[in-house]
Amino acid sequence: MLQQDHYKQSVYKTPFHERTSALNILNEWARWKDYTVATNYFATDLEYFAVRNTTGVIDYTPMVKQKITGPDAAEFVNRFFTRDMNKISIGRVGYVVWCDEQGQVLDDGTVFHIRENEYWLLCVERQLDNLGIAAIGFDVKIEEITDEVACLGVQGPTSCSILKAMGFEGIEHLKPFDIKHYDFQGQEIMISRTGFSGDLGYEVCMVNEVALNFWDDLFDKGEIYGIHPFGLDALDLVRIEAGLLVPGQDFMVAEDAIRPGSTRSPFELGLSWLVDLSKPVFNGRQALLEEKKRGSRYTFVKLNVNGNKPAEGSYLYNQSGKKIGNVTSAMFSPSAKANIAFASLHDPWKKGKDKIVAEIYYQKDLEWNKVMEEATIVTKPFFDPDRKRTTPAELY
Amino acid sequence: MNKYDAIVIGAGHNGLTNAAYLAKSGLKVLVLEKNEYIGGAAVSRELHDGWTYSNCSYVCSLLRPEIYRDLNLQKHGLQVLAYGGSVSFTKDGDIFGAYSDQDLFRREIGRFSKKDADAYVRFTRDVSKQCRFIKPLLLRTPPDPTSFRPKDLEELLYLFKRLYGLGEQTMYDTIRFYTMSAAEYLDEYFESDVVKAALSGSGIIGTALGPYSPGTAYVLLHHYMGEVDGSIGSWGFARGGMGAVSKSLAGALQEYDGEILTNAEVTQVQVKNGKTTGVVLANGDEYHAKNVVSNLDVRRTYQDLFDPQDLNEKLIKQVDNYKFNGSSGKLNIALDGLPEFPAMGKNNPLIYADMHFIDSLERMERAYDDWKNGRWSQDPYCDVLLPTMTDPTMAPPGKHYMSVFVQYAPPKLATGEWTDEDREGFGKTVIDQIGEYSPNFKDLIVHAEIRTPQDIEDEVGLTEGNIFQGELSMDQMFFNRPFPGYAQFRGPVKGFYMCGSSTHPGGGVMAAPGANAAREMLFDLKRKNIVPTAENDD
Repeated sequence: MLQQDHYKQSVYKTPFHERTSALNILNEWARWKDYTVATNYFATDLEYFAVRNTTGVIDYTPMVKQKITGPDAAEFVNRFFTRDMNKISIGRVGYVVWCDEQGQVLDDGTVFHIRENEYWLLCVERQLDNLGIAAIGFDVKIEEITDEVACLGVQGPTSCSILKAMGFEGIEHLKPFDIKHYDFQGQEIMISRTGFSGDLGYEVCMVNEVALNFWDDLFDKGEIYGIHPFGLDALDLVRIEAGLLVPGQDFMVAEDAIRPGSTRSPFELGLSWLVDLSKPVFNGRQALLEEKKRGSRYTFVKLNVNGNKPAEGSYLYNQSGKKIGNVTSAMFSPSAKANIAFASLHDPWKKGKDKIVAEIYYQKDLEWNKVMEEATIVTKPFFDPDRKRTTPAELY
Repeated sequence: MNKYDAIVIGAGHNGLTNAAYLAKSGLKVLVLEKNEYIGGAAVSRELHDGWTYSNCSYVCSLLRPEIYRDLNLQKHGLQVLAYGGSVSFTKDGDIFGAYSDQDLFRREIGRFSKKDADAYVRFTRDVSKQCRFIKPLLLRTPPDPTSFRPKDLEELLYLFKRLYGLGEQTMYDTIRFYTMSAAEYLDEYFESDVVKAALSGSGIIGTALGPYSPGTAYVLLHHYMGEVDGSIGSWGFARGGMGAVSKSLAGALQEYDGEILTNAEVTQVQVKNGKTTGVVLANGDEYHAKNVVSNLDVRRTYQDLFDPQDLNEKLIKQVDNYKFNGSSGKLNIALDGLPEFPAMGKNNPLIYADMHFIDSLERMERAYDDWKNGRWSQDPYCDVLLPTMTDPTMAPPGKHYMSVFVQYAPPKLATGEWTDEDREGFGKTVIDQIGEYSPNFKDLIVHAEIRTPQDIEDEVGLTEGNIFQGELSMDQMFFNRPFPGYAQFRGPVKGFYMCGSSTHPGGGVMAAPGANAAREMLFDLKRKNIVPTAENDD
């Protein structure tokens, strides 16, 4: 139970703060919900390359974590999420979205099927209210455990080697989206082969008490494998290359949206594969069925933009100068050496017929300039190495 | 000599706003005020040496930023200082703090219900949707839904467009919103009684309704609409007290060569052949103008200033039917030092916030029961602020001014008119309640001004002491404010207008009624409109 004087510390330090603050030589921090986390530790590009070349470690403790337990847990998650949750067996993780009754996406996240009758939901926005409303009539218990569980992302080609060196036997045999529990100094920790980098990588959840020891052991064993911490700025680069969306940036969270039409359905975010309309009941099903019939308003696309100026916040036009969409995320990809972007397209854009032209503003010695650059749609992630999928995982 | 283009009766903030726009348009304008000071219920007065009180209205947030900017009120001395948050003290010695930091506030709600903490996001969104719908309407004239005049049709069309623009779901919600009680509305989001009580406070302020009375959900919205520097829902102080609002408006008026005469009580509006010709003062002086505007509430305007023969009988009846239902009193207290609130802990930023000592809807509703029974609430809902925590100009350094808005207090007691003894008893009830939560409070009191609804009526002229110049209920809102047929600021005789809070969009120191009335007058006078419309959030 939180004490009444919690106002004295508006923003919390994560259980790793002692270590992250020592490494954050730039002293650059951002607020992520209740916590302070590093935006950069030493250099964004070097942190980025640690993830892509050796191993980067990110403290993602602020990620909202909810625990769903009880005899009806399996039935309940199937009712709440749009996809068929029976396919996520025990010891597996699934990417999920969920909707309000109008079929608009409330958030996305990952569900961990930890053991029988126990699921964890990790996501950006708190969901106790939405989960609670949907849980009426189900024998389930829903708790938020964000503050009790410390989390690290250990991402990159040498990540498996480091965890193995720490003594986590058989870690290389985890398939993507597998979960395995290990003992660490007498406490159970959970390692999953998941992450936000689009590369080989793991996520580790642990009780706060062992957080610092785990960090120390990880960096101790990791030293010869090129381990480095990375901050939110580098995370943003790797996740765009991996083709992963961020709620609140790439789409408006339905629970925050004031204006009708500003939200998106799963279909409009390119997430049809997460929607199983053959399920008899789930939140937003009726509306999504209607959308299927009527057609969607928006199309989510990944773009490869000509030139080298990132199309941040760009308006998109067709060949006749009509506005057809907006860029939601953009960057110049160091790995693909391509100018990449996510965008939401709308009428009068015609698939396969219309050109997509981005209006890009950039600074030239402080002076703002504008270029119009053509863009093409890309269907695969911009960065998609085989080692992401290979099992047993590559060791170095 | 005594001839003007327009005469404004009453130098309240709306009268001054109205006059400022007429003067800015080039008209020769005179404002007549019965008191020796201007401001009406937006006043700062020094009743105890060294202390300045915001005697009536005490916080500022609804004042339309468009008018603030357009009349350059900054230049005339107005500065609105935001203050953070709100706090409710509970019976069991805890507090519920509505911190202005959203994560901090969410965690605080979570101390009472984790589910409610998450539901607050949904609540904020839904209320914001309603605010987005209504805000642009504040600086527009309500259309007459029965009229086929192009202006009304155009305005109705605008309204339907806005309504339709809400989206299907919100349209349903809107209709429900306007007819629900604050308590029922909050029930749809929250489970904690403390949380609901804290949030429903703004649903009853200024209205003679309880948290379970239908219509209070709207009042909640009315108070939620405020902003300070674009920060929606936040409240602020006018530096130097609420009189600074009136003073700055008077400054704007005088810049455009408008005149103000104080100690000048109007007793009669002169009407000849169905047209206004001017006014007569209590001392017999006459002032002439083809346009006369009343800043007074409808009852005082039509019952005190008009010869009944100049009015049609339906109007007389409508005035009679108009609901005031005064519901609140006020204490202004000079303090020798800072009162301690042990439940809050030391250095809690909520000492800057508005404070409340009611922790359940049940207690609020019981407080309302007292009003119905013709007595002041024995366990009142108080909105308590220490403006001097923020504003250094209102008391000597280290000393404090406490503003206490008290709900409920009936305009007339079951035992009859308010007596001096009643006033003392009312003050004691309030001071005792605060004293329960602040052990050193009573010892710090060096002066207290206790104002019953009767006092407010006598001094400011607000009938029954109603702070909104009439209840903000749906039957008296929008094209029904003050009553059907008169919502477009025009009175029953040519050249006569209304510009007080009895007109759209009601009270709350918005300056919107005054500006809206000016726009209609300029239209009738075939002059170019210079009154700003609302800034669009889209």
